[in-house]
Amino acid sequence: MYAFDYHRPDSLTAARDLFANAEDPMYLSGGMTLIPSMKQRLAAPSDLIDLSAVAELRGIERVQGPAGDSIRVGALSCHNEVAKHALIQQHLPVLAQVAGAIGDNQVRNRGTLGGSVANSDPAADLPAALLALQATVHTQDRQISGDSFFLDLFETALAADDIVVAIDFAIPRRATYQKFRHPASGYAVVGVLVAEHANGIRVGVTGAGPCAFRACALEDALSESFTEAAVDGVDVPDAGFNSDVHASAEYRAHLVKVLSKRAVAKLSA
Amino acid sequence: MKLTMTVNGQVQDLDVPANTLLVNLLRDKLGLTGTHVGCDTSQCGACTVHLDGRAVKSCAVLAVQAQGAEVVTIEGIGSTDALHPMQDAFRECHALQCGFCTPGMIMQAIDLVQQGSSLEPESIRQGLEGNLCRCTGYQNIVAAVAKGGAVLRADGSQSAPQTAANTDRVEG
Repeated sequence: MYAFDYHRPDSLTAARDLFANAEDPMYLSGGMTLIPSMKQRLAAPSDLIDLSAVAELRGIERVQGPAGDSIRVGALSCHNEVAKHALIQQHLPVLAQVAGAIGDNQVRNRGTLGGSVANSDPAADLPAALLALQATVHTQDRQISGDSFFLDLFETALAADDIVVAIDFAIPRRATYQKFRHPASGYAVVGVLVAEHANGIRVGVTGAGPCAFRACALEDALSESFTEAAVDGVDVPDAGFNSDVHASAEYRAHLVKVLSKRAVAKLSA
Repeated sequence: MKLTMTVNGQVQDLDVPANTLLVNLLRDKLGLTGTHVGCDTSQCGACTVHLDGRAVKSCAVLAVQAQGAEVVTIEGIGSTDALHPMQDAFRECHALQCGFCTPGMIMQAIDLVQQGSSLEPESIRQGLEGNLCRCTGYQNIVAAVAKGGAVLRADGSQSAPQTAANTDRVEG
């Protein structure tokens, strides 16, 4: 790992001041991707700005968000905290399900909501939840709709110096996350989150493309008929999908439909 | 960088470069070589220690991130004369072959029990996903965690399932 200067500010303002005055800085949250990347010298920031002491990034509460009745989750909440939090288990169990499916116990103890979504790993679980649960991402000075947050491979609508403060997730009528888990890494080969809201069905897909996306054709079909047959009738093209040693693009497209059907079956049971 | 942390109950005042990993601080600076480095790519879990009460891979944590924190390693939970109940269960169940993964397995297992995880074999297997045993001796490890967990729960000292009240813990 290359040398760097380490800072641990205790406020958003101080964190952004440090960022503005450093040569090639990066924010550090849980570090579950960043630190291994730095060890491999794939990342070499001049300054590491550790956000863990910024109190504004903590807390889990029920709020009226832009998309209605929601749970607001502070960016520093670790995955195990999200998975086990009473408010989330009671009102938004699907988010607990997603967080509990991430990586392994040590990663869930340390990795954070804000860090995961800011990283926009194509195989991360939480991005599917942002899309299917009509999320709103709060930064230090603006709100970004979950729908326009993920742009490409490891690329989001965040500017380099933006800090994710909290994310609102709308409480759906019913929802489930179905994941085809890579057995070694725990990442999603494909993950599909199907949610029924008062204003329609949402299908968030992760793992399949360069970044998470909404499967609009599936949403339309399921809005018309919430059945496995409706999923069968949709064509999911594999153009632009990820293809690697673990799964071809064609196989991933197939998995999108299989997992969507499993979700429908589960929600219909 | 100067930092202060509590390791196995002892306050340590240290001065290390910012790019020092917690595992290297523990092993090289403090001589706590019970914490192992198996892969150094945060896959194997042999380096698992408790940071403020939670299992973390110390090869994926910077020493400076543990400023002000409480760190517990395998050396801090029991002694050869008085084994921790989880260590005792690993011995009783012969849950180790070469023993390299054992410290990480035990630290992980204690965290799972403290978090209120189920002690059913399938839950234990899921809970141990972050720890690899290359001797593949999982059968006895799962049995040991069930046994050690039951002893800890019977003691009552580590039985509280996690609730909203105790999830406010600071985890970066």
